Amino acid sequence: MKEELFQEKIDKEQKIEPKDWMPEDYRKHLIRQISQHAHSEIIGMQPEGNWITRAPSLRAKMILLAKVQDEAGHGLYLYSACETLGISRQELVQQLHDGKAKYSSIFNYPTLSWADMGAVGWLVDGAAIVNQVSLQRTSYGPYARGMVKICKEESFHQRQGYEIMAEMAKGTKEQKEMAQDALNRFWWPSIMMFGPQDSDSPRTGNAMKWKIKRQTNDELRQSFIDKTVGQAEIIGLTIPDTDLKWNEKTEHYDFGEMDWDEFWNVVNGNGPCNHQRLAHHQKAHTEGKWVREAAKAYAKKQELVTQ
Amino acid sequence: MIEKTIVWEVFIQSKNGLAHKHVGNVHASDKVMALENARELYTRRNEGSCIWVVKAEYIVSSESEDSEAFFDPSNDKIYRHPTFYTMPEGSKHI
Repeated sequence: MKEELFQEKIDKEQKIEPKDWMPEDYRKHLIRQISQHAHSEIIGMQPEGNWITRAPSLRAKMILLAKVQDEAGHGLYLYSACETLGISRQELVQQLHDGKAKYSSIFNYPTLSWADMGAVGWLVDGAAIVNQVSLQRTSYGPYARGMVKICKEESFHQRQGYEIMAEMAKGTKEQKEMAQDALNRFWWPSIMMFGPQDSDSPRTGNAMKWKIKRQTNDELRQSFIDKTVGQAEIIGLTIPDTDLKWNEKTEHYDFGEMDWDEFWNVVNGNGPCNHQRLAHHQKAHTEGKWVREAAKAYAKKQELVTQ
Repeated sequence: MIEKTIVWEVFIQSKNGLAHKHVGNVHASDKVMALENARELYTRRNEGSCIWVVKAEYIVSSESEDSEAFFDPSNDKIYRHPTFYTMPEGSKHI
């Protein structure tokens, strides 16, 4: 009965709020998805943080700093949304450290050159935006509101990345090669960010029924590819997929087969940077312990003073 | 041991003269840190002219499951709305 009322509400496009009754599986699915999303924002600071000290100009450095700070903010919005489901921030971080919670595999690839900052902003943030725009209509209120806020801030991220790519593509021969190389390395991992094909995505059914997800992995991937091909053409770079071509009939781009062995390999912890990313997070967390303790001691002292 | 932090709800006045509006929350160990964290998290793009933070534990909320009964007393009092009243034909500015 409760479950029917719940589904009725979802079908009427009403939002579910933290204090509303919800099926346990709905709650679990959300905790998994939102925490994975939050961890991705936080771990996602690392590949870009790698270039802050080596940004080629003061302008580039300020922009990169602002972008990384936004990502920390997005992680916090998402942790907050996740906490409304009855799990604490400390538990969420613990799950990340224990390897029980995942983050997007894209951040397990290294950022080898400055052009990678362009590719990450343009492609990785671009793919994230397609996903997040869709999630603004997700059925869980706090998640939907977080997405609205994130989408507002995210479009600068993609534009600054595309600007870097465009600048390098019209620069010297070496610069153009760097841009093309970054596109070559980030293209396939970016389109794999949308996850497995619908036919291999066992949880999609419930997620669609409960309107946690509003579009399937394949729909979102297609939408990203359709948007991005033209952008590559304008700046004179080539997407590394020989099967990519416009299909008059479907009015979408056809594209080649993704390397799913590589995808699962990285998901399962064997990507180039899996170990490094997690170890860095753990180290920062452990080394920050005294700061958290000092803050707490200070708060306690303040209470005594004002009493 | 799991370390616990205090959650503070954040309200922002977007500009002078407007009401403060709830925007989300932050974790912080004391009120100054709560204000500073709220500034860093919610006003990176000139969103505010004033911030309130209040410990989440002090907020009392009505239950959404009881909302029908809770708000029922106001449902049948249509005379609280100006459209309830019949004005004489031709009357103006009222």
